[in-house]
Amino acid sequence: MTADTQAPQSELGRARPRKEDARLVTGQTNWTDNIVLPGMLHMAFARSPMAHARITSVDLTAARAMPGVIAAFSGADFADEQGSLPCAWPVTEDIVIPAHPPMATEEVRYPGEAVAVVVARDRYAAADAAEAVDVSYEPLPPVLDIRTALDEGSPKVHAEGNKSFVWPFTQGDMDAAFRDAPVVIERTYRQQRLIPSAMEPRAVVASCVGGEFTLWSATQIPHILRVMLALVTGIGEQNIRVIAPDVGGGFGSKLQVTAEEVLAVLVTRKLGRPVKWTESRSEGNLTVHHGRDQWQRIRIAADRDGRLRGLDVDLLADMGAYLMLVTPGVPLLGAFMYPAIYKMDAYSFKCTGVFTTKMPTDAYRGAGRPEATYAIERIMDELAAELGVDPLEVRERNWIKHEEFPYTTIATLQYDSGNYEAATARAKELFGYDALRQEQAERNLDNDPVRLGIGVSTFTEMCGLAPSRVLGSLAYGAGGWEQASIRMLPTGKVEVVTGSSAHGQGHETAWSQIVADQLGVPFEDVRVLHGDTQISPKGMDTYGSRSLAVGGMALVGACDKVVEKAKRITAHMLEASENDIEFVNGRLQVRGDPEKGRTIQEVALATFLAHDLPDGMEPSLDSDATYDPENFSFPHGTHLCAVEVDTETGMVTIRSYVAVDDIGKVVNPLIVEGQVHGGLAQGIAQALYEEAVYDDEGNLLTTTLADYLVPSAADLPSFVTDRTESPADNRLGVKGVGEAGTIASTPAVVNAIVDALRPFGIRDITMPCTPERVWRAIHSAQENGGAA
Amino acid sequence: MANITVTVDGVRYTDDVEPRLLLVHYLRERVGKTGTPVGCDTSNCGACTVHMNGVSVKSCAVLAVQADGAEITTIEGMANGEWHPLQQAFHAEHALQCGYCTPGMIMAAADLLRTNPRPSDQEIREGLEGNLCRCTGYENIVRAVRRAAEAGATS
Repeated sequence: MTADTQAPQSELGRARPRKEDARLVTGQTNWTDNIVLPGMLHMAFARSPMAHARITSVDLTAARAMPGVIAAFSGADFADEQGSLPCAWPVTEDIVIPAHPPMATEEVRYPGEAVAVVVARDRYAAADAAEAVDVSYEPLPPVLDIRTALDEGSPKVHAEGNKSFVWPFTQGDMDAAFRDAPVVIERTYRQQRLIPSAMEPRAVVASCVGGEFTLWSATQIPHILRVMLALVTGIGEQNIRVIAPDVGGGFGSKLQVTAEEVLAVLVTRKLGRPVKWTESRSEGNLTVHHGRDQWQRIRIAADRDGRLRGLDVDLLADMGAYLMLVTPGVPLLGAFMYPAIYKMDAYSFKCTGVFTTKMPTDAYRGAGRPEATYAIERIMDELAAELGVDPLEVRERNWIKHEEFPYTTIATLQYDSGNYEAATARAKELFGYDALRQEQAERNLDNDPVRLGIGVSTFTEMCGLAPSRVLGSLAYGAGGWEQASIRMLPTGKVEVVTGSSAHGQGHETAWSQIVADQLGVPFEDVRVLHGDTQISPKGMDTYGSRSLAVGGMALVGACDKVVEKAKRITAHMLEASENDIEFVNGRLQVRGDPEKGRTIQEVALATFLAHDLPDGMEPSLDSDATYDPENFSFPHGTHLCAVEVDTETGMVTIRSYVAVDDIGKVVNPLIVEGQVHGGLAQGIAQALYEEAVYDDEGNLLTTTLADYLVPSAADLPSFVTDRTESPADNRLGVKGVGEAGTIASTPAVVNAIVDALRPFGIRDITMPCTPERVWRAIHSAQENGGAA
Repeated sequence: MANITVTVDGVRYTDDVEPRLLLVHYLRERVGKTGTPVGCDTSNCGACTVHMNGVSVKSCAVLAVQADGAEITTIEGMANGEWHPLQQAFHAEHALQCGYCTPGMIMAAADLLRTNPRPSDQEIREGLEGNLCRCTGYENIVRAVRRAAEAGATS
């Protein structure tokens, strides 16, 4: 074989445009809603219009009589088989996990909760029939504010009460840290409720043939979903196949086992015909799990020179009406991140999970870590203001110096590497930090009605979820390993099977690059398969910036096994010693005599033919590998944001945004940059635009994209991004990038706004920082004589 | 039922449709043009953008009966032997991740370049204001539209 069949250069670090795009830019994509099966019926749900009510009757007579309607079911019809939707993260031994039937039977506890399902021949007929379902409710008082939900006399969401759990964590001597501390600052920050808003609405198709179920779902987690469907419905896991076709974004919202997925399986079992359900956006805003929704009381103690002594966090987290897949664990991922990049003597954290009559919360991009980073980065600015020191200076006095790694934080995490000095220096340079500070001072002096604000956010995160032992110690209901398989085809092409399930990330491209690099085969010769439990039977799916740091390493392990076996076969073919065979750029050759050798493709063919293999060797070059990380990975970075705040209108405009991230080695810089951009957009959206709003009666007001303000191109700035690189503790040297932008950008933007308005005596604005809120804050500060 | 005749990506179709049937559902479920997806129900997201008689429309905001006699171009009709310059540019600039908004984004961008062949970055951002993307932060979408404009794409 000639040299041009071999990879000409290292694939790692190449800005390869993606393989996935060929179907995505031409409209040949296979979204779940595109699937049509013979005899397929359409489901639609009747949902609670109330936040909290007792169901007194469900009358399906009219719905069943509608044209095109095949069947209609209430929760009672499925009472014996619908089970309870799973919570896989019981964070404490005494946690309250209320029963969560996919369709309510006695009580509804959030607006949008399903009470009946109708099945019809087309989606319009199903929607009409859902309108005709007649449900009688006896209203119960809603529970809307987690700050009062635990008061005696508060209405109860569940008979067990409104408290789900209290999770405490303390390290170091808190009394000593706070006793006689020269500086103590306490703040309360609000993490508003967010709606993840993946562009593809959820969709499900279920079929049952001869007792074997297939579920197509717009999910991030086909493997976890399969296990959970088996546990919830009692159907044997061996008889369930879950397929995640092309999935249009997730951001955590499709890391869920939903009522609609379970009911699709139950309905198809009952009717013996395939069924489809696709949500409308307004249905999705009500019933796709929400994110964030916390009140954060944070207190720091510091010395006069700004050195942190202690940190105390008391968190109230809104669970919503039920605990879904990882609801209670999300705020606790933040528990480990409040100390961030800083050294301190003592740390105390307490989280109370509280039920309300709202949609359950669960993972949303960053999941606990953006919240933690926001609070610590906001209060570090307060410390800087208190001391009259530059915000970057106060951070530098506290952060772990690059020569101090590896470093065990007060939250007991082992940070393997980092260089906060390098990232910050690069960010300052790209941003023109000193010049902007100068301009800011001049404009403040001139009483410019449009003020300039400079926002700083340094951050780190724990990603690459996760070492299985650590997850076990946190009572998480799964491991953190990932699986990969390599199939060497007779023609020398390669099929790669990955257990991580992409939904926009670009695994088909990045994984091809890794395998091309490891096996020395052309990028084009590698095909990546994923997202189908029949094709990739084992996997832990995609979330928590884990795919590359965990799934990528499983690929490396599988490639290693292929190469090792290929060496044995080559040694046999060449009558050489196995120890003399080296693997160089896709060629297995005799050390010192490189002319003598075989390409990996030739070995693949020889293995397929099996005419001359070592005695007893199986004729296969395929391999499987499972990788369980030893530690999390810890990307970090420094983000700087300049905003202009029009003090007459309250309008905030981002003038420039610089993100310097250290995510270790990069497989594909195009993909990495795209992940950073998208993350920034979502974090900025939390700071400026987005909030899920329930009214005083518990109705969701933000049910559409006209009310819930996902930003458009016109609402966002252009970003300046760059990278620094410190090593990561795995062979690829990779960390994780999916959530970094979201984690860092929210505090960077709000710090910038508060920085602009500090001369007015303003020290906080509740997110989202809408023009109205900014304007009101300015006016209220002026009325109070500049001392807000 | 109303009888309509619509040309979609160069092929004429005649169908009986309910008067309330949305154009996007007609395209997806009757003609089989599933390349055009649905992202919302209030015409905010733009995922379903197609061209009707050469002008971009959100096909969730048009009834199938309103398209009677019209020429519709969807994302599936954009490539002509080779990919349309916008398709090439979106690929080259990594202007898509999950790809769900991409068909609508490309159709809207094509209409933008028809009316403004050399838009500034700010004009691109404002021109695509009716199309939401949750993955890219728009940075590379702006770059892709600029690249396609430079390559001379004018529709």
